[in-house]
Amino acid sequence: MAIDRAEIAEWLKDNCPRELRMPGRGEEDICWGGRRWVFQSEPQKVWFERCLAEGLTVPTWPKEYGGAGYSREDAAILAEEMQRLRAPPPLVSFGISMLGPALLKFGTDEQKRTHLTRIARGEIRWCQGYSEPGAGSDLASLRTKAEDQGDHFLVSGQKIWTSYADKADWIFCLVRTDPAAIKQKSISFLLIDMATPGVSTKPIVLISGKSPFCETFFDDVVVPKQNLVGTLHRGWDVAKYLLTHEREMIAGGGSSLFDIEALNKAAKAASPHGHLGDPILRAEVVRAAIDTYASEATRLRYLAEVAGGGELGARSALLKYDGTELNKRRQELMMSLAGGDGLYFDGNGGPGQDVAQGWLRSKGNSIEGGTSEIMLDIVAKRLLELPTE
Amino acid sequence: MLVLNEDQRMLMDSARGAIAAKAPIAMWRQLRAEASPDGFSRAFWRECAEMGWTGVLVPQEFGGIDFGVTGAGLIAREMARTLAPSPFLSTAVLAASVLRRGESAAAKAKWLPRIVSGEAIVAFAIDEGPRPTDQTQAMAVKSGQDWLVTAAKHFVLDGHVADAFLVESRRFAGTPALFLVEAGASGLTRDARTLVDNRRVASVAFERVQLPQDAVLGGVSLIEATLDFGRAVVAAALCGIAEEAFARTMSYLKERKQFDRRIGSFQALQHRAAKVHIDIENSWSATLKALQALDADAASAAFDVAVAKAKASRTACEATAECLQMHGGIGMTDEFDIGLFLKRSRVDSVLFGDPAFHADRVAMLLGY
Repeated sequence: MAIDRAEIAEWLKDNCPRELRMPGRGEEDICWGGRRWVFQSEPQKVWFERCLAEGLTVPTWPKEYGGAGYSREDAAILAEEMQRLRAPPPLVSFGISMLGPALLKFGTDEQKRTHLTRIARGEIRWCQGYSEPGAGSDLASLRTKAEDQGDHFLVSGQKIWTSYADKADWIFCLVRTDPAAIKQKSISFLLIDMATPGVSTKPIVLISGKSPFCETFFDDVVVPKQNLVGTLHRGWDVAKYLLTHEREMIAGGGSSLFDIEALNKAAKAASPHGHLGDPILRAEVVRAAIDTYASEATRLRYLAEVAGGGELGARSALLKYDGTELNKRRQELMMSLAGGDGLYFDGNGGPGQDVAQGWLRSKGNSIEGGTSEIMLDIVAKRLLELPTE
Repeated sequence: MLVLNEDQRMLMDSARGAIAAKAPIAMWRQLRAEASPDGFSRAFWRECAEMGWTGVLVPQEFGGIDFGVTGAGLIAREMARTLAPSPFLSTAVLAASVLRRGESAAAKAKWLPRIVSGEAIVAFAIDEGPRPTDQTQAMAVKSGQDWLVTAAKHFVLDGHVADAFLVESRRFAGTPALFLVEAGASGLTRDARTLVDNRRVASVAFERVQLPQDAVLGGVSLIEATLDFGRAVVAAALCGIAEEAFARTMSYLKERKQFDRRIGSFQALQHRAAKVHIDIENSWSATLKALQALDADAASAAFDVAVAKAKASRTACEATAECLQMHGGIGMTDEFDIGLFLKRSRVDSVLFGDPAFHADRVAMLLGY
């Protein structure tokens, strides 16, 4: 049974505090939850609590785990109505977008009861431990090892690019559990409480300045056996499912990868007489705009095609490639439109500061979550079915 | 929802099967070999009429199936896959959409049933030079109750065989309008030309052609609406061209061996192919959005059409060129089909505004 659009719209209007309804939220306005979470404002807290009571922090999850039991269509209606009202998500976390779906598919009843409920309630903040210094695109070559010690695993090694590891409470990790077997068949998926002795983190500074990325170190960390998700040595299946889901999140919107507004605004700001004076720059800007509109149409078409069921599958790799490459192009053009103002980088504000940060940060888009080259491989092999030899 | 409905899917499927059977590329080659003066097969056009496609934009009261511009786009996309030559664009899309919206009941009654039956070919005469211009040079002056129209039109699709023309001309001291001119009118001369993709057009001269008062079918808004229909349908055809050329290229990459490997296993080609595929997907998405916006009479329709025509034009030209390259030397031969798609895409990319023209429209509509 589908939810009633008018009813949900009404509920949102009555319950989402006006102060929160605004476009273009920054990272600092998001409610992430977690043991150390402090609400930034009273409206943020009120909105979170009201949604929590209705299961709307995780609308598509079953009610027994704190969700609202929404179907995909229901969730799409809710998302549209929230967007219309410019209502923010009450809670954002990697627990919701990444771990949750994997636990729903692969977790034990006990794991679901414990972890899903805490995620839904915003009590535990999760981070993702996949990449390692020696395992980037070739993720399966990872070396963090978990030795079987009878009643527990002993984990040692290093992860990198763990977003918000310094703020997270738990980490879901890929670890090597059988050094002898072939690389994809010897990886397991472990949940680790970061308060355990031996876990430490160190932030990474990016070319754009401060970043959420960290290095995470494991020094003989004791992890109980019940924290294994899925089958021993078969964590790669969980990881692949989760990666596809992560890319589907990109397709689901909420990311800025298909958002043309910032570029349009910058181009208009550079057109005091209603016309961009530099014809060559204008041509490049409008071409990027056209490509973005067309790409966004594909995102919506794919979503419409799977609305009745089914999965995006490898098409999510196509969207990931296109969205990130387009964002890089647009960020380059926003730097061009800003001219000299785009170059200031001294923290003294002014119109250019954010442009440079966004431009530099965008360079990572086509690396994180699978590089563009890996995405093109997936498109070629899975969608076009080109041969491997 | 950016998906086809059940009726549209059925139309697409039946068109694909029928066109593959009745108008394969072999037909195109035969027409070229015969130097057919029509440039298309009248027998195939009659079959199009039997299947209802001639009436895709004609109201049911005049015998049409009234399937909307999305339906017209789907048919054009399928016809493009086999390069099927026909007066579909000129007559079933442009002329039918002018006449159904036009102000003359007499013109509707006279021409729409004949378009549906496949008897009449009606051409849309708008271009006056190699690029679209803001102002038509054609002029209509009053002579008593009648109009005297003087115009020089080029690239008139199917103008070489048209039974009537819809001609854009400025009204003396007034705004542009569309005039209905029958082919037998005194003062009308035409010169058939062949384009790079073997399609036929005509340069048509109108020298003080005398027309009755009710020859005026509408003004600027009718012209713009018709052009947008044409642009969206051509965008759909461009998608069909790119999709077909690309599908053939993927088959080739899976068969052709060099260095003892299938060439489709080389990453250099895989990544090129993947990028072309993405552009083709995006072109169809933008085109479907534009077609649906036109059918819904949405406020965004003109913008969506400009995006679609710009994107599909550029994609089809680039994709067919990539497809040719991926075929290697054989792709350059006339005997092999891939080059035919390249030629066709260039013509369609220019029709009713090339990518630069539409990019400029997009920028203006966005305010920069």
